[in-house]
Amino acid sequence: MIKEKDYLSTVADQCLSKAKKLGSTEASVLVMNSVSENVNIRNRKLDGSTRSENLGIALTTYIGKKKSSISSSNLNEKNLDNLIDRCVESTKIIPEDELNSLADKELYFKGDKNLDLYDETVLENQKKIDYINEAEEEAFSKKDIVNTNGSGFGQNKSNFILANSNGFSDGYKTSQFTAYCEVVSKNNGSMERDYEYSSKRFYDDILKPKDLGAKAAELALNKLNPKKIKSEKLNIVFDKRIAKSFLSALSSAISSSAIAKGTTFLKDKLNEKIFSDKINIQDKGDIKKANGSRYFDSEGVKIKPLDLVKNGDLKNLLVDTYNGKKIKMQSNGRSSGPTNLYFLNGSLSFKELINSNKRILYINETIGRGSNLITGDYSVGASGLMIENGDFSYPVSEITIAGNLNDIFKNISLADDLEFNYATNSPTMLVEGMIVGGK
Amino acid sequence: MSNLLKNTSLSVNTADKIISETLHKCDDGELYLEDTKFETVTLDDNKIKSSDYSTDTGYGFRAITDDVIAYSHSNEISEESLKKSSESLKSILKSKNGTYNFSIKKTNQKFYNDIDPIETKSLNSKIELLNSMNEYSRSKDPSVKQVSASFIGEKKNIEILRSGGELLQDSRPLVRINISMMVEKDGRKEIAVYGVGGRQSYDEYLKDGSWKKLCDEAFRVATTNLKSKPSPAGEMKVVLGPGWPAILIHEAIGHGLEGDFNRKKTSAFHNLVGARVASEGVTIIDDGTIDNRRGSLNIDDEGTPTEKTVLIENGILKNFMQDRLNARLMNTKSTGNGRRENYKHIVLPRMRNTIMLSGNHTQEEMIKSVNKGIFAVSFGGGQVDITSGKFVFNCTEAYEIIDGKIGAPLKGATLIGDGPSSLKEVLMVGNDMMLDPGIGTCGKAGQGVPVGVGQPSLLIDNMTVGGTKL
Repeated sequence: MIKEKDYLSTVADQCLSKAKKLGSTEASVLVMNSVSENVNIRNRKLDGSTRSENLGIALTTYIGKKKSSISSSNLNEKNLDNLIDRCVESTKIIPEDELNSLADKELYFKGDKNLDLYDETVLENQKKIDYINEAEEEAFSKKDIVNTNGSGFGQNKSNFILANSNGFSDGYKTSQFTAYCEVVSKNNGSMERDYEYSSKRFYDDILKPKDLGAKAAELALNKLNPKKIKSEKLNIVFDKRIAKSFLSALSSAISSSAIAKGTTFLKDKLNEKIFSDKINIQDKGDIKKANGSRYFDSEGVKIKPLDLVKNGDLKNLLVDTYNGKKIKMQSNGRSSGPTNLYFLNGSLSFKELINSNKRILYINETIGRGSNLITGDYSVGASGLMIENGDFSYPVSEITIAGNLNDIFKNISLADDLEFNYATNSPTMLVEGMIVGGK
Repeated sequence: MSNLLKNTSLSVNTADKIISETLHKCDDGELYLEDTKFETVTLDDNKIKSSDYSTDTGYGFRAITDDVIAYSHSNEISEESLKKSSESLKSILKSKNGTYNFSIKKTNQKFYNDIDPIETKSLNSKIELLNSMNEYSRSKDPSVKQVSASFIGEKKNIEILRSGGELLQDSRPLVRINISMMVEKDGRKEIAVYGVGGRQSYDEYLKDGSWKKLCDEAFRVATTNLKSKPSPAGEMKVVLGPGWPAILIHEAIGHGLEGDFNRKKTSAFHNLVGARVASEGVTIIDDGTIDNRRGSLNIDDEGTPTEKTVLIENGILKNFMQDRLNARLMNTKSTGNGRRENYKHIVLPRMRNTIMLSGNHTQEEMIKSVNKGIFAVSFGGGQVDITSGKFVFNCTEAYEIIDGKIGAPLKGATLIGDGPSSLKEVLMVGNDMMLDPGIGTCGKAGQGVPVGVGQPSLLIDNMTVGGTKL
């Protein structure tokens, strides 16, 4: 199936020595291979299947402080020679940038790889089809589920080697199993869709097909015959799948590249309060079997576990080598972004959260980009459910919710229901006093 | 003659044999070969941040019986790899009893030239120009704090080998020049992005110092937004400017008129052909045949020549956009909308250049007629839920309208509407149709493809604005 370490290392070494021969003073190369097999079904019938094989290299060469990159999926030796030649020639032309360099040797990952990121399981296509059929069967057993947008099952296996002229050379296999089910509900001329998906490194950890189908059906049914509400200020509870998007906004806003350029609303906020006292956020790459776990970043730097936010204060940034030099901070292994990023549990139960006010708008879907990371302004299209006195009352759609992330962050309260379903995870979230745009 | 097999170990004869044998009794399918060269040169924070060049070569082998698609792709173009793909396709399509349609319409239409835009401008001159854009932008005003600019160029060669030995080819250049500028004044920061592009050489967009106009436009929008005030929340009248705001048409109805969603009956439009879906005077086309435009194609990614497809004529829904699969299953013909991001992806019906044609009102008339509303000049991006029909887009330049006059600039807000009803709320269609500057990318099912949009100014009776001011 996927290429083994020996093959990938040989290609990597060839690229590095060729670059050196042509005059590069330093170089770094990534050689990666992945094989994935996906099946899609629709209305409990096979709709399609895709087998993907990807093999590629990405090389960066340096001549002193000059730098240039190439990448290719064509590993034919002659083609690689031409490309490496082109890369080195381009490097000569690019102006110097004194901050360009490989990562500091001292920071490279060394040690055991024991995070269980690879599942050997290989599923025959028929087994994948059966799995996802069972999910759709379950969804279609519910009244008013009339159609599907398609459901699918995918299995992906990857392997890579990252090597550089400083002597770093390492890589590892990862796997990912993904199942999703998206169904359409219809009643009284109202048509809605919703989905559930589950993606895990190990086959045994993904959501069981019946639960997947039942959840997708429940969500699509809950949306039927929505009302549009009037414009007003409301307390909003964000479902976990939406709440996590605030962490994604945070991670972009505290990347060393945004901080160095000043293109973020959190520019001078290190060691300052940006959330309320009860909020804690961590980014940890070393959680066993977790989707966001990795040993090192795209520069070979080991992933340092980070308390990003402690008691509401911003305590760390996501730092890579180049931008770290600009802001005088050492890389903490985040050149590939965050790893497993999550809010620690809050102290309230889900019930307490939705009872925190007589009227609560529960948001479980947003559309649109939403956040302006320069100003912190936030505005998205949304749909969800109106909760009155703690009970779900009616679905709501075609509304917008807006605010500024500076204020939103300070008004977050969290439930105690954190789960590790994605790479970025949040418990259910309450944000007090957001502006809803409606009728 | 196949050019893409030339430097591989796979001969045309062997490929033909495997294709014909695999597609025997299939309804459709082909071997799609692709060779892409791609370059980005970026200036960021006063430095040339990167120069990246990449090449990607591969094939996608597709077999279709009835409505089932089997697909296998690889970047190893060899007999062994193709045979492995063939086995994979055959194992999926166990019972097949289709009739392969051998004939595919051919034309010699060309809407762009076969050039390699990466090679027609030297790396040195790209770096020089990026530096000029940076210096010029920063010299405009001390409030300019960050400038990022880039050249993005691509040359894609595709070949489609069909059962029976038929070969279709296209060679597609594509470029984009982008600038993003951050300004800061009195403690406020704003950013604006602007760009141009299409299927011709960079220099076509840089003639007579026109690169300065890119910087000027980004500067104008960013500084306008420094003075912006919170946007109102709630329903109101909206005047859309010409050009880019046609993202509204792309999201509100474009996606809903793609063949797959209608064949599957998951689109809010699936039973509305012949019905009124927009106000009188609203005519919308999807056109793949405009010279050098970003969304134009000589042939689509199944080999069908592109065309100008009328979607809505004077408010009445006329046609969906089709690829071969959905057209066959809906008993109609492909409109040349079968597209894929690259060889790693299956073909889907996708938009090309989606345009609302001019009417006879002026923008001035529209603004005059509004007591309280907003004037949206430019948008960042948009998204739609095909099934419920709800769509959004994000304003990047907007103004309040009070008593028929344009007022203060407003902070970027999301606008939300309902696709099937929003175009019925069009009160006036302007006489000033404009195409977008040529930088749009449409995402669907994880695949991005270059597209264009265009429209005249529009007055819409009622949309919901996602502001913070009640």
